[in-house]
Amino acid sequence: MMKTKSEGGFFKKMVRHQLFIPLLALLLLVLFNLIMDPSFFAVTIKENSLGNGVLTGNIISVLDNASELVILSIGMTLVTAASGGQDISVGAAMAIAGSVMLRMACGGQTTADILQSPLILCFLVCVLVSMCFGAFNGALVAYFKIQPMVATLILFTAGRSIAAWINKNELPIMNDLRFKYAGTFLPGVPIPTSIFITILVIVIFVLLLKFTTLGLFTQAVGINSGSSRLNGINPQFIKFLSYVILGVCVAFAGYIRVARSGSINYSRIAENIEMDAILAVALGGNALAGGKFNLTGSVIGAYVIQFLTTTLYKYHVPSTALPAYKAVVVILLVVLSSPYIREKMSKLKNPLVKKEKKEVS
Amino acid sequence: MPKGIKTDKNGRLKSRPQMNDTNLLLTITIAAFFLMYIGAIVFLGGSFTKPQNFMNILNNNASLIVLASGMSIVMITGGIDISVGQLTCLVCMCSAVFLEKYNGNIFEVVLISLGIGLAYGLVQGFLVAYLEIQPFIVSLAGLFFAKGMTTIVSKEPVRVTNEGFLAVKNARVNVPGLGSYNKLGNYVPAYVEPGVIIALVTVIILYCVLRWTKLGRNFYAVGGNSQSANMLGINVKRTKFIAHVLCSLMAGLGGLLYFLHVGSGDVANAAGDEMNAIASSIIGGTLLTGGVGNLIGTLFGVLGLNTIKRIVAALGFDQAWWTNITVAAMICIFLLIQSIVLARKNKK
Amino acid sequence: MREGAVLEMRGISKFFPGVKALQNVDFTLRKGEIHALMGENGAGKSTLIKVLTGVYEKDEGEVYVDGINGSVHIHSPHQAQSMGISTVYQEITLCPNLTVAENLFISRGRGIFNNWKEMNRKAGEILDSLGIPAKPKQQLGTCSIAIQQMVAIARAVDMECKILILDEPTSSLDEQEVEKLFGLMRDLKNKGVGIIFVTHFLDQVYEVCDRITVLRDGQLVGEYAIENLPRVQLVSKMLGKELDDMASIKNENDAEEAIDKGTPVFEAEGLCSSADIRPFDFEIHKGEVNGFTGLLGSGRSECVRAIFGADRVTAGKLKMNGKFVRIRKPLDAMKLGIGYLPEDRKGDGIIGDLSVRDNIILALQVMKGFFRPISRSQAEAMADEYIKLLEIKTASADTPVKSLSGGNQQKVILARWLLTNPKYLILDEPTRGIDIGTKIDIQKLVLKLAEEGKSVTFISSEIDEMLRTCSRLIVMRDRKVVGELSGEDLTQTKVMATIAGGDGK
Repeated sequence: MMKTKSEGGFFKKMVRHQLFIPLLALLLLVLFNLIMDPSFFAVTIKENSLGNGVLTGNIISVLDNASELVILSIGMTLVTAASGGQDISVGAAMAIAGSVMLRMACGGQTTADILQSPLILCFLVCVLVSMCFGAFNGALVAYFKIQPMVATLILFTAGRSIAAWINKNELPIMNDLRFKYAGTFLPGVPIPTSIFITILVIVIFVLLLKFTTLGLFTQAVGINSGSSRLNGINPQFIKFLSYVILGVCVAFAGYIRVARSGSINYSRIAENIEMDAILAVALGGNALAGGKFNLTGSVIGAYVIQFLTTTLYKYHVPSTALPAYKAVVVILLVVLSSPYIREKMSKLKNPLVKKEKKEVS
Repeated sequence: MPKGIKTDKNGRLKSRPQMNDTNLLLTITIAAFFLMYIGAIVFLGGSFTKPQNFMNILNNNASLIVLASGMSIVMITGGIDISVGQLTCLVCMCSAVFLEKYNGNIFEVVLISLGIGLAYGLVQGFLVAYLEIQPFIVSLAGLFFAKGMTTIVSKEPVRVTNEGFLAVKNARVNVPGLGSYNKLGNYVPAYVEPGVIIALVTVIILYCVLRWTKLGRNFYAVGGNSQSANMLGINVKRTKFIAHVLCSLMAGLGGLLYFLHVGSGDVANAAGDEMNAIASSIIGGTLLTGGVGNLIGTLFGVLGLNTIKRIVAALGFDQAWWTNITVAAMICIFLLIQSIVLARKNKK
Repeated sequence: MREGAVLEMRGISKFFPGVKALQNVDFTLRKGEIHALMGENGAGKSTLIKVLTGVYEKDEGEVYVDGINGSVHIHSPHQAQSMGISTVYQEITLCPNLTVAENLFISRGRGIFNNWKEMNRKAGEILDSLGIPAKPKQQLGTCSIAIQQMVAIARAVDMECKILILDEPTSSLDEQEVEKLFGLMRDLKNKGVGIIFVTHFLDQVYEVCDRITVLRDGQLVGEYAIENLPRVQLVSKMLGKELDDMASIKNENDAEEAIDKGTPVFEAEGLCSSADIRPFDFEIHKGEVNGFTGLLGSGRSECVRAIFGADRVTAGKLKMNGKFVRIRKPLDAMKLGIGYLPEDRKGDGIIGDLSVRDNIILALQVMKGFFRPISRSQAEAMADEYIKLLEIKTASADTPVKSLSGGNQQKVILARWLLTNPKYLILDEPTRGIDIGTKIDIQKLVLKLAEEGKSVTFISSEIDEMLRTCSRLIVMRDRKVVGELSGEDLTQTKVMATIAGGDGK
């Protein structure tokens, strides 16, 4: 009897599966573009300004531009799962990370043509600083028990100002090509470097989840922190850790972002990316109230968002009006994935399911 | 007294009514505001000694007061609405374009402002309350939508030249009994803009609603424990719905007041006001978890937030980043105080 | 509708996906009677009540309520209220952030405004008349759980209900409070209110009830007048089997003389924690089962929490096998081989959304450490082994543990600790709120563990259960240890007397 139930409920199961909505969204976007203009998917090799042959095309630009968002959404998923809230300061923290990066690379000058310190050192400092800010958020959430959104509101308010203060409110410009590799192309490699970095980060997290108990502990803490404590987990530390890990993700994302142009605009860099990152987590089918999580969902969610943005650009939607269209799509998606509508959807197919059941039995 | 009843074991000695969370946090906020302001008068002097300085805080923030009140209501029911800032901006732009390009009059502007707010509230409230979508996501979409719509209505700033409107915008209400002498020794009475009066009246009305009406108490009940509220026979969905409608309606009104204050539509209007509204509510003692909050606290939250901004400017740290960093530090301090106070109280 | 009835439910059925929660159940409640609704967990009691209060909608059947013509459809708790059906649930369903008076009157009456003066005055009268020691303007969250429960009852009483449903109201009350509640119930009965009383305590049923309806597996077993149904029969009707199991436990109990009287496995001296208990001494030997007993709130749970390091330990020395040890947090205790099944299953025990498997391996995983995860295949093998061993009823090891019944959840937590192979296991109320069959399983398991040479501390509200399993009882009153009973002193009367403290303090 158990068996017939699971077979009969296949459609229901599919509808209820966590990845149903993000995959459906991705599929719809792909179909839409295929029907409207199949050349959307064309990938060609063009020479860039440096004379290197590089891959160009909408797909490549989606993968490239989504990098920061994907990396952030991974960290955001952990934070959401462990603390049951979101970090709204990631955009501001990215500004800080980028600012630190430039400050180190330029050595305090306004314009530098050569790296003033080794790139790896710059990046290490950047990671360290980002982890510190992550730790600040984490401490407020985990040890002072302030709701995550409120706690991170502090850095959200101050972050961009701190970023400006790090460089004494000047806008340093880094012209060394080595600095820009992360945001552009490595010489002789036709694929944007950021894609490799994204893959690297994803692999690191897959390994982290496989070879540590981070996943189990994070979910346990997110679902029931009191019970986790009595089972020997330190819930405060796990929450704290998730914010520090998000800090590392922010460092990667911040570096990629400043490496794209070699400069920074404190008030506009990575603007609203926190909203996109949270959206990616939600689109991935993860409960924003914490608990169980699915990194795959968040990563797909992030690509869906970038795919949508690129598609809209292609149809000449002005960048300023973009949010309105995004909003409509978001609302459609969340309405589709709302408990109420899902209930209705699976009920809709019930007669069909019952029929199948009868045949089987 | 019968044995075994635990609250009584400590005896009736403990009969002093315990302060509830709402009152405790409120007291902290109000005290902090007065300390700050009096400190500024004593140590900084200058413009702080003039009543007009205080009135200007009100004049500049009439819209924020209304926004924050609406926000507090949603937060009390356990939700959040981050669309209010951009909604204010959208309302401003629509009003400006309507006045300038379609030669509308001010009454129609009022209708449009409140109408946009109401429509927004109905949609968001429906999605949150009846479709049970997380309020953060719904209002995030609302924020995006308002942002995009504003630029679709007009990308360029629109300055209003309509005379009827300017007359209202430039109206001043003198505050009786308050004033100061300018450099020439003339008495200048302190004034407020009409918007301030509308804002304060609104806050008082909403305060009364929360304090004395059944609807208001339902907000607290739903925020405290929505399952219990349902069991007690409260219509939880409708209560949440009304809270969101009220909040967006307040954003519409806030947009109108903002428009009255600046007199133009601009895509940069009210930027970040959703966070200011949330910050004010938090400083005012509203908890994001719901069930605890007070609009008088929120009012003082707005005042406190802007007083600290002025103090920082008066101290000579006039670069933009100092303001933001101090505001952040202030939120941080308030959060820590609340966290510590509540933790200690819970231990007892 | 039958003569004298206030409520009649006919042929009620309720289906959930894959489960028939109620099948064709009849239920009749008469004016001025206290009617016990009995059954094991999963028998359909709560479903029936939720149908009646409008939390669920019935799939089949008719409901008739006194004073209303024809069959009624109840869609919401609010509607149920307006028909005169009031409910007091096991878990407090009031708003802790509102005042006591507000909780009594919220969502009642017409008009937009609350009349606060009138409300507080009335609330004061109600509280006084029922002898509830709370003030109308006090915030409900500052009252003890028992008082919150009584406020909930006061609310139901004041709504002039015709039908009052009490769903396990006594599980968080101590004896005096229960007596007070029974007094209240009898008063209401005399006023003609029909009361439906759901409880796990048989004594209480026989103390106040007039009639019993028994459900089993979603079906009606029968309705009986109390004098026609002796206890033993009631239990066998609920279980659907005779009581051999109960008897066999007692026999096994004789075989517990093999306790090693050497160095205690665990010793505590002057242990004291932040949870406000008096310093106490404690020891347990290999293969021994002992227990803490006392009234609710006497500090028995706090004692074991202190041993496990769940509350902050403020003073005291601990010895494990004669060696001094320190337990500052649960992990320390776990590493020493102590397991702890907490009192609050939902809040402290299970991790609801995680699968049965993850719940089972959790404690072992924590002990193995952060960097040594248990592989999937290992975890599957472990989970399957214990699901079989403890006969946990679950669709699969991947099912979220929250969808299991209370008894099976408890077994999952037991499995979690057994997997760590503890030397010393603390079980705080492992049998609360679960059906009798599982209760017996757990008692048997405890005795089996002791035979295998493990030490167990067992806490239960039911004294006969403790007497069956424990060879030594530590009695607590008012947060301090007041006595220790073993051997021939282990009788119901003796334990009761020690708990009550007849020796004049």
